[in-house]
Amino acid sequence: MVQWTDFERKTIQSIFEKMDYDDVGPAALSRCLVVYPWTQRYFGNFGNLYNAAAIQGNPMVAAHGKTVLRGLDRAVKNMDDIKATYAELSVLHSEKLRVDPDNFRLLADCLTIVVAARMGADFTADVQGAFQKFLAVVVSSLGRQYH
Amino acid sequence: MSLTAKDKSVVKAFWGKVSGKADVVGAEALGRMLTAYPQTKTYFSKWADLSPGSDPVKKHGAVIMGAIGNAVGLMDNLVGGLSALSDLHAFTLRVDPGNFKILSHNILVTLAIHFPRDFTPEVHIAVDKFLAALSAALADKYR
Repeated sequence: MVQWTDFERKTIQSIFEKMDYDDVGPAALSRCLVVYPWTQRYFGNFGNLYNAAAIQGNPMVAAHGKTVLRGLDRAVKNMDDIKATYAELSVLHSEKLRVDPDNFRLLADCLTIVVAARMGADFTADVQGAFQKFLAVVVSSLGRQYH
Repeated sequence: MSLTAKDKSVVKAFWGKVSGKADVVGAEALGRMLTAYPQTKTYFSKWADLSPGSDPVKKHGAVIMGAIGNAVGLMDNLVGGLSALSDLHAFTLRVDPGNFKILSHNILVTLAIHFPRDFTPEVHIAVDKFLAALSAALADKYR
């Protein structure tokens, strides 16, 4: 089981309490699709992803960004058993969606950068450490049911 | 994933804004790396103080960002331009090249914090590609 310090728990809860999921979700997913264009392979039916402006204005990308953040919220609410919380989602991503789990890390990096830009100086080195540890656990849990 | 003409011009334009704060960005990126990726501290055992904002971190962060700033002007031949630095990292410092990616990530996070409006996805991809090409050039002499 993952050991969380008090600082880490407080930090994660605080970040997500203050976060506007409907802003951060779309921003993180669209950034990922722009910065790592090969991730677009999973969104063939999302319409126009032709350039950065199209991606950032695409309503299906925005909607899916919100879905992803709401999924992340489940880990925030179950920090002591993220592995079990995500077991079904992991199977879904492996067997139905067939997403290369490396992509989870790419999206996590983009999410870190979006959150850092929103929080500014409050995103201290220690806060970054806690946030990235949380995302590393999420990424690992999502990749667990790949066989 | 080679640097296109557009990548180079985006990086140059953005670096025009960064260069005034380069020392601060370098110090902060290094401090973030040492904190969020504690395994990187193994390369700095000689420093008394590895905390963000300490003197050795500030000094060394400025050195690193200065070299990166120089590399912006060398984008047409990074391998040639960084040859001496590659020798240094390969034979003297022997930093595992996996760490170049880690420091690059922390530079991106720091840039996003200091330039929230300018660090758009288009700038992000160009700078990420530049840092990746720089890292490859730095690792060129390793074996």
